[in-house]
Parts: sequence; C-alpha cells; structure tokens
Amino acid sequence: MNIHEYQGKEVFRKFGVATPRGIPAFSVDEAVKAAQSLGGSVWVVKAQIHAGGRGKGGGVKVAKSIDEVRTLAQKMLGMTLVTHQTGPEGRVVRRLLVEEGANIAKEYYLAVVVDRGLQRAVMMASSEGGVNIEEVADKTPEKIHKVAIDPFTGLKDAEAELLAHKIGIPSELVPQARDLFKGIYKVFDECDCSLTEVNPLITTGDGRVVALDAKLNFDSNALFRHPEIVEMRDFEEEDPAEVEASKFDLNYIQLDGDIGCLVNGAGLAMATMDTIKLYGGSPANFLDVGGGATADKVTEAFKIMLKNPKLKAILVNIFGGIMKCDVIATGVVQAARQVSLKVPLVVRLEGTNVDLGKKILAESGLPIISANNMGDAAEKVVAAAKGK
Amino acid sequence: MSILINKDTKVVTQGITGKTGQFHTKMGIEYANGKNCYVAGVNPKKPGEKFEGVPIFATVKEAKAETGANVSVIYVPPPFAAAAIDEAVDADLDLVICITEGIPVRDMIRTKAKMKGRRTILLGPNCPGTITPDELKIGIMPGHIHRKGRIGIVSRSGTLTYEAVGQVTALGLGQSSAVGIGGDPVNGLKHIDVLKMFNDDPETEAVIMIGEIGGGDEENAARWVKDHMKKPVVGFIAGLTAPPGKRMGHAGAIISGGKGTAQEKLAVMEACGIKVTRNPAEMGKLLKSVL
Repeated sequence: MNIHEYQGKEVFRKFGVATPRGIPAFSVDEAVKAAQSLGGSVWVVKAQIHAGGRGKGGGVKVAKSIDEVRTLAQKMLGMTLVTHQTGPEGRVVRRLLVEEGANIAKEYYLAVVVDRGLQRAVMMASSEGGVNIEEVADKTPEKIHKVAIDPFTGLKDAEAELLAHKIGIPSELVPQARDLFKGIYKVFDECDCSLTEVNPLITTGDGRVVALDAKLNFDSNALFRHPEIVEMRDFEEEDPAEVEASKFDLNYIQLDGDIGCLVNGAGLAMATMDTIKLYGGSPANFLDVGGGATADKVTEAFKIMLKNPKLKAILVNIFGGIMKCDVIATGVVQAARQVSLKVPLVVRLEGTNVDLGKKILAESGLPIISANNMGDAAEKVVAAAKGK
Repeated sequence: MSILINKDTKVVTQGITGKTGQFHTKMGIEYANGKNCYVAGVNPKKPGEKFEGVPIFATVKEAKAETGANVSVIYVPPPFAAAAIDEAVDADLDLVICITEGIPVRDMIRTKAKMKGRRTILLGPNCPGTITPDELKIGIMPGHIHRKGRIGIVSRSGTLTYEAVGQVTALGLGQSSAVGIGGDPVNGLKHIDVLKMFNDDPETEAVIMIGEIGGGDEENAARWVKDHMKKPVVGFIAGLTAPPGKRMGHAGAIISGGKGTAQEKLAVMEACGIKVTRNPAEMGKLLKSVL
C-alpha cells in the first residue's frame, strides 16, 4: 500500500524527522488559506499523486505570491499529470500540498529497503539527490553507499555518522543527519514499510537537514497491525478493478491485452500470461484466485474480468491441489450463467478431482472449449480471441 | 535416498488444531509412510489431546523429547508464524517447513537474524512444502500427481511446481524429491541450496529449476551450477510478460528499478549452461531431452 507525500511527512514528523512546514489542500480556497497560514513569501505547490517524477510533469511549482498560489492550485487541481511512473494515461490530481519554500544548499538521496540477498533492511544514501536514483545506480554505482541494519540494535550512531560522511554531508551537520537517518530507519521498521524514501534529502542555507520529500510503501502483510496506516489509503489512486478484487481476496492486476486469465497460484498465473503471449495473444489481466477459492469467489472473479471492455476471450487454468477441480468447475458454470457470458471460454483443469470437474463442465451445456494442457489452452484461447 | 525428508523422518505439526493444519496433517498421514512419520502436534492450549491418533504437546521441545520429532511443519496464522519458526529453531530441529502465507517481512528479518549460527534449516515461508514420492509428503501439494523417480524439482511457486511434477509424471518419469521454496523475499532455502542437495543426492539424475521475477536468487544459483553442478539442469522463469512495478501475487515477485526481470534471469541461466524454455507447457519435454 502507498500513501501520499503529505501523509508520509506527517508520519516523519511523528518520528522526529525534520520536514518543511506544509498543509494539504483539497480545493483552491484551501490552498490559499494554507499559504496564508504558513506565512512567508515563497511557497511550493505540490500535486499529490502516488507516483514519482511529479516535478518534470509540472506537478511541483514555486509561488512567490498568494495570487500565484491560487493560480497554480487552479491549474493543478483536476489536471491529468503524466510522469514516467504513471503510464501514458496519467493520474488526475485531487489533492495538493502547500509548503513553505525551502532554501536548498544541496540535495541528497536516502532510502531504506529490504535487501533480499542480505535478508535485512538496508539504508542507501547518495550525494546525488533529486534525480532518478535508478540512473545513478546504473551509471555511477560507486556514488551509492549502503548499510545493512541489525534488526535487534537498529541503525547505530556510528553507522549513521559514517554514512553521512560518505555522502558528503558537511561535518557540522553530521549530528543532525545522524538523527534524521535513525528516525527514517525507525519509520521503516516500526511502520512495517517495504520502502521509505527521501528524494531529495536537503541541507539548507541556514544549516538544517530536512526531508523535502517522503515516499512510503507498506508491507501489505503487516497492515493488520497498523489501522492508522490503513486509514490513509486513497482508493482514488488505485485501479477500481483491483480494489474490487481485493474485497473478495482475489489478487488482480489489470493489463492492456484482451484475453482474461483466471488461475490458481501466482507463479502459474504469470506462466499462463507468458504462454498466451508466446502463442501470439495478449493477456488482459493477472488473476490469482488463491488456494481456497469457492464457487462464489470464482463468480466474482468473472464479473471483475468482464468489466474490461477490451476482453475478447477468457482462459481458466487450474492445477488443483487444495483447490478441487469440481469446485472450480461449479464456479465456472455458475458464473457463466449469472453473467450470461458472451465471450469464448477456454478451460484447462488438472489435479484433484479433475474427472469430476470435466464432467460438470461437459454436462452444463455451456459452449466451453476444453483444453488438455497449458500449451493447448493458450493456443485455443488465442485463436478464440482472434475470432477463429 | 532423496533430499530433506524421507520415510524415516519424524514430523511435528505446529498449528495442528487449525482447519488447514488438520486437513493437511490428515492428507500427510494418508500418503505413503505418513502414518509412521507424523508423530506429534503442537498447541499450547491442548496438550494431552490427540488428532487422528497424533498426540498433541504444549511445545515443540516437549514434542521432540517425547517422540523424537526432527522436522516441523507450520500452519500457524501469519501474525504468529514467525514466532512458531523461532520455537522450532530453539528446539534444534533439523528442518522447519513453514507453509503459512502472509508473514510480515519485518518478522521474517528478525527470525532469520536469530537463526544465524543455529543448525536448523528453514524451508519457506509461503511455500507448498516438500515431498519425496512414495515415502513422505509434508505440505499442501496433491500427492497423487507424483511418482517415484530420479528428477529433482525446485520452484518458488506452488502450482507451477505441480505443473512441472505433472509433466514429468505424464512423460513416464518421476521425482526424487520436489521442493517448493516459496515466494517471499526473506525466506529460508534458496534455489542454490536445494540444487546443492540434489547434486549430492545419488538418486537424483537431473533437475528442473523454476523461478520467477524479482530478486537475484536464480542468477546466484545459475552461477553455482556453472562451476559445480554435475547433473543437467533445465529451467523456466515465470513473468516474462509481467509489467514493472507491479507485485505479481508473491511478495517477492516484483520487477523494480529494471532489476529482476525474467529476460535477465533466463540470459544468465543460459550463459551458465542451463537449458531454458520460455514455454511452461514444455518443461517436462525439455528435461527429457537432456537425459
């Protein structure tokens, strides 16, 4: 799960991490009021969407008067912001963050992620801030410094100080940077983040170390112990089909092809998509119904897939382990009747109770195309989608 | 022989009284030598009770002391599963197999750190378990698709393991052992560890290695294969069509920063002498071609 920058900064402040003063705004009036109550003479108006690269897309602007704040807010609210992370369709801006202007001396990069190789949280920092860190990692990996963190001691003072020195934080500011680094690790650890990123981290002309941005992703497996984080979820930033699917405990991701896939297991679901592509088709979605699917869950999965106007055919690929093929078959038949299915349906069943499952499909009288293995299934569904 | 488990293994089920634990313990007991292998269950609130004739103990330590259990399987719900692994490690078991899906990464990081220097091996979490056909099944895989044979199978994905097993069986071959290592980023055995075991197992003739997008474990395993593996290995990587930045079901299955793509993994595997297929329907056929 992701949250907005302004929410991330609220979390930062709770952990004592310095951020610029700022106020979120959902309307032009609120933006103006926010600027007035912040005071000063320079403000930054920042579009709040769950994607990076906002600056380049015109989503971060400096205002030097209240009138300018108003004009910028009018322009930004409701605009479709396209960045390298939003895809070509972009995202509609519905929320703004109005902040006091920052006097930037230098920009740095700071993040905490899980390192799979080390099986630990790792803090990464770089002297190259405010830019695309993936490019830095690619072209000048020596400019990225890392510390693997012991989960039982947390980030140690000496580790934080050394990291600050390595990325070139001026000596007199190292104690501030150390405390900020420790705060950022605490945010990562105590909030069950999968990513905590500050890009840029800045030093200011008046000698402060400040998190100018905040990007937080959370481990969805740990949300059960963070109701305060779940409350920050913004459904408007998520794909409506994916939100709908999550209500039924279905794992669904919309893609841009025209062949719907319903599969049990994440690996088999990916492999099914790959096979469709291999046979010249294009998958419309990733959909893992999980191990414990019921007939009703399968019906909901069909409804979600069928909301996609591009859909030309559906492939059901089930290797039943815990999941019994007769349960899936019953679900498929029930779904096809309930939604009065208009697109061709190819079904491949294998595993527990496979014969019973095939019998249920055959006796349903529905025009289901049955397949013997994954390759056969993909070939048949690709042909069906092309109207052959 | 086989790897990890065999007909002489003594299993304790942690979470034996839950719905999932009950179901799969029963299935395990009914498979091959399971009746002799499943010797204990653990539930701190129900010591002294029995499930399907299997005695329940309050702790793993007690279960081990009373029954000689050396392997545990965990069906405990995610908020408590990492603590269940810790308990099995503290009891010095040989192997812990954690089936539970959805354990917070933060919990697993701590559990892995505690395991440093301990003798216990961890398989999973979020995995289907492991099976040595005709001997013992520990986990949630359907037993009847397996057949005793000389092919080792190792995979991050559960159902894709079954797919490979099914293809191997359909070709008239069989499996020495099939191991699902699970789809979580912080976990126990990796591909490389299981490949080493298959390499040392005289009854394994060749291996199918199945990976998926995310991380660099398949690449590490491939480099080891190049220098050390004495047996043919064939491979498949799921997720050639997965879009970057989207988590494909498994917590570990995500392409981020252009790393962990299927293309990259397949290229490294090929360069290390592993024959790969881009068609998951042909894993079995490819394997047969290298025997």
